[in-house]
Amino acid sequence: MMSEKVTHIEEHRDDAASKLGMWLFIFTELLLFGGLFLVYSIYRAQYPANFHEASLELSVTIGAVNTIVLLFSSMTIAMALTAMQKNNKKLALRLILVTLLMALVFLVNKYFEWGAKFHHGLYPGSDLMALLERGHLLYFSLYFFMTGLHAFHIIVGMILLIVVYFKVKNGSIHFEKYFLLENGALYWHLVDLIWIFLFPLMYLIT
Amino acid sequence: MSNNSSHITEYKVLGRILLILMFFTFATISVTSFNLASFTVTVALLIAGIKGYFVLSYFMHLKYENLLLRILVGMIFVLFALIVLITFIDYSYR
Repeated sequence: MMSEKVTHIEEHRDDAASKLGMWLFIFTELLLFGGLFLVYSIYRAQYPANFHEASLELSVTIGAVNTIVLLFSSMTIAMALTAMQKNNKKLALRLILVTLLMALVFLVNKYFEWGAKFHHGLYPGSDLMALLERGHLLYFSLYFFMTGLHAFHIIVGMILLIVVYFKVKNGSIHFEKYFLLENGALYWHLVDLIWIFLFPLMYLIT
Repeated sequence: MSNNSSHITEYKVLGRILLILMFFTFATISVTSFNLASFTVTVALLIAGIKGYFVLSYFMHLKYENLLLRILVGMIFVLFALIVLITFIDYSYR
């Protein structure tokens, strides 16, 4: 009881408010991707056959591997928070590193996936794209934009987690003050959450 | 309210959630490989919704958060559903 009062006087911070702030930001992110999902559903309803044909161009295997990689990384960052709450700094640091490694694996996969498309002349603004049927064009434009924006979020999440890693290492995030790790983890779960919807809609639709 | 009042989710629980999420990932791949016509999208979205629920509840700790935050998160999804509904009504009655 006493020690809790002392920490309140010493540090002016409100972890609950920090978390609420992070959630409000996550809401804006959800609506940002929500808008894109809305565009996707409208055009899918208008060009169902084209969307089906175009989605066959994607590799379900790469998509599935990336889904599992992201789900796994989501678990490891959640475990990093648990480790921090239990004052196990060493384990927390290792789990953040594993998460970062998984993020890198995801991006490498994405690189090869996009690279193969680019190699076939399929990229935004290419001559091939201009010749495509309207439904195919819409599908691939949405594919590149949505997975591209998602990959950008992966990169931002990685930067955030690298900052968190060093703050855990130098002790400014510790087992009594971990809201930055918690918010970083929330952002990472958001990235995972968006992919959970992107994967079936882009890779699996028939 | 005090800082660090957060619930601690055990490693075991997180591990189990990952297994559930993996199971649904394989389920969605196998279900969509059959052609169930218009049902495919419904089933795929339903499974994605279940997976999203587990991520939000356990990985993002919403299950242990206060009611206000849980209601706020719920309202975002209701809002999005309304936007989709209204847009589709608009498109189908033009």
